[in-house]
Amino acid sequence: MKPVLEIENLRVGFADGTAAVRGVSLKVARGETHCLVGESGCGKSVTALSTMNLLARGARRSADVMRFHDYDLTSLSDRDMARLRGDKIAMIFQEPMTSLNPAYTIGSQMAEVLERHRRVSRAKGLERAADLLGRVGITAPGMRLAQYPHQLSGGLRQRVMIAMALMCEPELLIADEPTTALDVTVQAQILRLLQELQRELGLALLLITHDLGIVARMAQRVSVMYAGQVVESGSAEALFRAPTHPYTRGLLACVPIPGKTPRDQPLGSIPGVVPRIGPGFVGCAFRDRCAHAEPACGGTVPRRTVAADHDAVCTMVPA
Amino acid sequence: MLQFLLRRAVLALSVCLTVLVVAFALTRLSGDLAVSIAGPNATSEDVATIRKNYGLDRPLPVQFVDWAANAASGDLGRSYLYRAPVSGLIRERLPITLGLGLSGLTIALLTAIPLGILSAMREGTLLDRAIGLVALLGQAMPSFWLGLILVIWFGLKLQWLPISGVDTWQGYIMPGTVLAFSAIPALMRLTRAGMIEALSSDYIRTARAKGLSTASIVLKHALRNAAMPVVSVAAVQLGFMLGGSIVIETVFALHGVGYLAWESISKNDFPVVQAVVLLLAMIYIGLTLLADTMNAVLDPRLRAG
Amino acid sequence: MNARTVSAGLGVSIVGFLLLVALTAGWIAPHDPFEQDLMKRMIPPAWMDGGSVEHLLGTDQLGRDYLSRLIYGARISLLIGTLTVVTSGLIGTALGVVGGYFGGRTDDIVMFVITCRLAIPLILVALTVVALIGSSLTVVVLTLGLLLWERFAVVARTTTMQVRNLDYVAAARAAGASTPHILLREILPNIMTHLVVVATLEMALAILLEAALSFLGLGVPPPLPSWGLMIAEGKDYMFFSPWVIVVPGVALFVLVFGINLLGDGLRDFLGVSQRR
Repeated sequence: MKPVLEIENLRVGFADGTAAVRGVSLKVARGETHCLVGESGCGKSVTALSTMNLLARGARRSADVMRFHDYDLTSLSDRDMARLRGDKIAMIFQEPMTSLNPAYTIGSQMAEVLERHRRVSRAKGLERAADLLGRVGITAPGMRLAQYPHQLSGGLRQRVMIAMALMCEPELLIADEPTTALDVTVQAQILRLLQELQRELGLALLLITHDLGIVARMAQRVSVMYAGQVVESGSAEALFRAPTHPYTRGLLACVPIPGKTPRDQPLGSIPGVVPRIGPGFVGCAFRDRCAHAEPACGGTVPRRTVAADHDAVCTMVPA
Repeated sequence: MLQFLLRRAVLALSVCLTVLVVAFALTRLSGDLAVSIAGPNATSEDVATIRKNYGLDRPLPVQFVDWAANAASGDLGRSYLYRAPVSGLIRERLPITLGLGLSGLTIALLTAIPLGILSAMREGTLLDRAIGLVALLGQAMPSFWLGLILVIWFGLKLQWLPISGVDTWQGYIMPGTVLAFSAIPALMRLTRAGMIEALSSDYIRTARAKGLSTASIVLKHALRNAAMPVVSVAAVQLGFMLGGSIVIETVFALHGVGYLAWESISKNDFPVVQAVVLLLAMIYIGLTLLADTMNAVLDPRLRAG
Repeated sequence: MNARTVSAGLGVSIVGFLLLVALTAGWIAPHDPFEQDLMKRMIPPAWMDGGSVEHLLGTDQLGRDYLSRLIYGARISLLIGTLTVVTSGLIGTALGVVGGYFGGRTDDIVMFVITCRLAIPLILVALTVVALIGSSLTVVVLTLGLLLWERFAVVARTTTMQVRNLDYVAAARAAGASTPHILLREILPNIMTHLVVVATLEMALAILLEAALSFLGLGVPPPLPSWGLMIAEGKDYMFFSPWVIVVPGVALFVLVFGINLLGDGLRDFLGVSQRR
C-alpha cells in the first residue's frame, strides 16, 4: 500500500550553520502509528515542523522526496500548503497551556478551521465542534464552546487541541509530544483517546515522543533519532526485541521495566552530551558517548539492514 | 471585573480632587491675583475694587470651597475677558479641539499600527530598520515647527490644504498630522514589540498549523493580543494630544479650547485657565478609565479577575 | 561595524559637536548675537540671492547675525535640557526609589502622585506658571523640572523593586546598614543605568518643550536667542523668507535627534531593556 506520508533524505539547516536534521527518511501508512523517538534537540520536532512547512524564518529545508499522497510538499506553494494544513494534515503540540489563543473562545477557534477549509457558516462550524468535543470525551460541549482557554485545565485543553485537529477529518495527524506537559493519569487518557480515534478514522499518526513507554504502547513503527539522523528504524516489535544501535540500547536501558529491572541495580544512563553538528561533520555522532566506538566510526557510516524491515546506522551491523 | 473598575473609579475620583486643588493653587501662585487681573496701569483703588468684586478678599479656603462646589455643579465661573460664563465658552470651542484630537489619534493609529505590524513581520530586515529610523526622526520633530513647515509647503506653495480654520474637514488634515507625529513613534514601537511577541507565540503556531490565511493569522490572532498595551497608550496619547493642542491651535489659528487657554493665560483670565486645566485632567482620567474597560473587553482573563 | 554602532556614533558626534559649539560660543560666533543693525535686516543666507559671506546664515528682522544667534541658542537648549533633567531626575528618582523600596502604603501614595501628575496637562500648567511668575531662564528650568519627573519615578520604582530583593541588598540589611545607606549605596548605583537612559529621553523632551514655550512667548524671554523664540520671531516673515524658521528648526531637530540616537545607543550599550 502506498504510504500517506513519505519523506526521503530530509535536511534542515539553521542560519547559524547548525544542521538540525541530516537526511531523515520515514514513511507513515494509513492506520499506522509511526513513533519518532529521541532526546530533546535531536531534530524530531524540526522534522515534524518541516513536514508542515512551519519552520521558523531562517531555517532551510530540502528533501529528495517529501510526499503527502500525491502532493509534492517540496514544491507546493505557501498558499497551497496552507490549504492542506488543518485540512488533510493536522498537528497537535506539546504545550496545551499556550497553544490556544487566549483572546478567543474555544468554539470560535475550532469553528474557524472548518470555515476556512470547507467554506461553511459559523453555525455549521460550531455544530461540528460540539460533536467533536463530545467525541474526545468532553462533557457539556455546548458550554465549553463559549469558554476561553484560561477557564480550562491542561488536559481539557489538549483534548480541545485534538478535537480541533480533527475538524476537517485529516488523513495525517502529527502529534508532537502531546502528553509531555500533562499529569500521568491525564496522559493515559489522552493516549487512549488517540488510539481510539486512529482506529476509528484510519488516521496515519506520526507521534513524536521521548518516552519509550509511550512508544511501546502506541507504535507500529519506530524511528530512533540522534543528532539529526534516524540511527535505527523498524517495526516496533523488531526494535524492542533486538535493539541494534548502541544509542537505542542505551535508551532502553534507561527505562525501568517493572518485574524485570532489579530493584538494587542502577538504571542505565548515557554519559556525555550530544555534539553540536556543524556543516562539515562526518561520522557517527554518537561515537564519543559509545562504549563500542572504533576508528571506523569516524568515517562515513552506511545504513545497513539488520533484518527484514529493520535497519540501523552503525559499524557493528554486518554488511 | 466590577471590583476592578470600582477601584479604578475611586482612584480617578481622588485624582480629580487633587487636580482641583492644583488648578486652584496654580492661579494663586503669583501672590495677588487681583493685581494680575487689574494689569500694570491700575491704581491701588482699582485693585481693591477688583478684589472685592471677584471675592478675592475672602480667606483662601473659603474661595476654594466656593469655587470647587460651583465647579462640581457645572458652574465654572465667569471669564473676566469675555464677561461670559466659562462653561459656555468651553462648550462652544470644545468640538474643534476634540475634532483635532480625534483626527490626530486616527491618523496616528492608521500610520503607527500598519507600520508596527510591518516592522514586526520583517523584524531585523532593512525595512524594519528604516521604519525605526522614521520613528526616531518623527520623535525629534518639534511639532509647532513641523506645523509651520506644512503650512508653508502644502498651504502656500502647493495650495492643497487650507492654512488655517476648520470650515471644511480638510482643515483638520494638517493640524491632525502634526499632532499625530508626536504619538506615532510610541504607538509604533509598542505595536511592533507586541506583534513580535505575539507572532512568536505558541497560539500563532497553532493558527498556522490550522492552515489559516496570513491575513487572519496576523490581523485576527496576533493583533488582538498585541492590541491591549496599544489601547492603553493610545488613550494616554489622546490625552496628551488634547493638552498639546494649545500649541497646534496657535500655529493653525484654530479657535478651540487650546487657543482659548493660551489667550486666557496671556490676558490673565484665570477662571478660564482653571477650567481648562480641570477639563483636560478630567478628560485624561476618563480616557484612562475607558482604556481599562476596553482592555477588559479585549482580554477575557482580565474580565474574570 | 553594525547599524547600531553607526547610529550611536552619529548620536555621540551630533551631541558632542553641539556641546562643543555651546561651550565655545564666545570664540566661534562671528558676531555679537544681540547686536542689532537695522540697515541689515533680513539678509538671506550666503548661498541665496542677496546673501553675503559676512552673515553665513543671514540676519533676522532686527539685523542680528543669525549664525551667531544659532550658536548661542545651542547654549540655551543644552543648559535648559541639562538643568531640567537634573531637577526632575532628583525628584523622580527620590519618589520612585522610596515607593519601590518601602512598598505598601508608601508605594500607593507614590503611585497616586504619579497618576495625578500624568493627569495634569503639562504645557498648559507650564505656560500658566511662567505667565504668572514672569518668564526667565530659571523659571523655565524650575517649571519643567517640577513637571517632567514622572518617567524617572516610574522607572526608578520598577527597577528598585527588582533590585530590592537581591542578595546583596538583603545582606546589607542583615548587616545592619541604615536605610539611607542602603538606598544611596546599594540601590541607587544599581538602577543608575536605567536612569541614565531615561535622562536622555527626558532631556530631548525638555528641549522640545522649552522651544514650544518660547514659541508661544512664555518661555525664555527675548532678546535671548532661544531656538524656539527664533522660530516665533521668524513666523511673521516665514511666507517670504522661509529660511528664518527653517534654520533654527533644523538645529532643534538635529539636536533632539542626536540626543535620541545617543539614548538608544546607551540603552543597547548598557543592556537596558525598556518596555514602552
